[in-house]
Amino acid sequence: MSREPREVVLTVNGRRYSARAEPRTTLADFLRDSLGLTGTHLGCEHGVCGACTVLMDGRSVRACLLFAVQAEGHELTTVEGLAPEDGQLSSLQQAFHEKHALQCGFCTPGFLLSAAELLDLKPHPTEDEVRAWLSGNLCRCTGYQNIVDAVLLASSRREEGAR
Amino acid sequence: MKPAPFDYARPRNLQEAVELLAARPDEAKILAGGQSLVPMMAFRLATPDVLIDLNGVGELEGVRLEDGALVLGAMARHRDAEDFRGLRDRCALVADAVGLIGHPAIRNRGTVGGSIAHADPAAEWPAVLTALGGSVVAAGPNGSRTIGAGELFDTYFTTTLAADEILAEVHLPLPPAGAGSAFIELARRHGDFALAGAAVVLELDGEIVAEARVVLIGVADRPFRAVTAESFLRGAAATDETLALAAASIGPEIEPMSDVHGSSDYRRHVAGVMLRRALETARSRVTA
Repeated sequence: MSREPREVVLTVNGRRYSARAEPRTTLADFLRDSLGLTGTHLGCEHGVCGACTVLMDGRSVRACLLFAVQAEGHELTTVEGLAPEDGQLSSLQQAFHEKHALQCGFCTPGFLLSAAELLDLKPHPTEDEVRAWLSGNLCRCTGYQNIVDAVLLASSRREEGAR
Repeated sequence: MKPAPFDYARPRNLQEAVELLAARPDEAKILAGGQSLVPMMAFRLATPDVLIDLNGVGELEGVRLEDGALVLGAMARHRDAEDFRGLRDRCALVADAVGLIGHPAIRNRGTVGGSIAHADPAAEWPAVLTALGGSVVAAGPNGSRTIGAGELFDTYFTTTLAADEILAEVHLPLPPAGAGSAFIELARRHGDFALAGAAVVLELDGEIVAEARVVLIGVADRPFRAVTAESFLRGAAATDETLALAAASIGPEIEPMSDVHGSSDYRRHVAGVMLRRALETARSRVTA
């Protein structure tokens, strides 16, 4: 038991990482500052805005409400892990692009990960289900309509197993 | 917005967690889902010297049915309860309540035991525990004890758990088959803590209310059991008029706090409306 930095080993987007973290370092800060994965954004830093949403073992979590030491041994997916390869977009990202579901883009990584979890659990949700599911993510630009449209578009194009 | 430094311990089992807590009961905090504690730490409203992380203590996980009760490990996530097969058929009140908690990412992480130990008077699980007449098992250095819902909640964010005790398990006796129940609340945004809400269980014998349990949230320093409304209902015919009068009876009984989100009078009004709707919904769910 100590407050000194300790080694944290975890898997992010299929790749194994190891870095040191003080117990008080949040997973979000760890991803950004220690692993250089700055796609995970920090808005409020107290679990309200959803910008830092990532998947841990396939489930969406607020990365600002987890300490990096708690992610030891777990598998994470961040926005960097959504696209099949560099220069390409996932079907969900493509739908965000086409439907103009982002303006400043700050909230987008969180929306993408939340929506990815929804489509994994329920490939063809209703509009109401999309709205309820995304209620934990705040956007200050788009007014949400285009985000909902994008998720529904991605759903309509979705084949089993795609993300 | 960054937590102050703390010592971090990750016990492998409950016994080890109890020993760690017993060593520094006044300086340590138990970390469950962290969906309330970590924001408080980010604001430095909480600056514990030690965090004892129960994530990974397998014996505190899981949800099961046992002798007509829903038994939840303290580390069962809201999501685990939400996904529990047949929950809505068995007790709609619990299914309603879980759906009202936060957002998917919060429900994936937040725990039943954490919510109850945190004792927010507007939270759902403390009200569910109170409405169903449930109990919790607390583990301490001298063994375990059972604490009934009526004795657990002391005041705002305060329970009667001792500083060296850990909430280990939650027992929710389910109402008999045929009973109707409901949990309804009003929040300013989906997933916010409620301005006010009501949890209700109704058992009918024909048209007559055989048994009623009524609990309000957000109107007092702990889940508020509305015994006046309960006794008003018991033995009466479950007509619209009876339900409306029972809902109105809580007005003089509560003195909600005013805050930026709503005045005391407004919350009192909302609580009455939520209660009437919850009673009507519960009645509609009664099956012979």
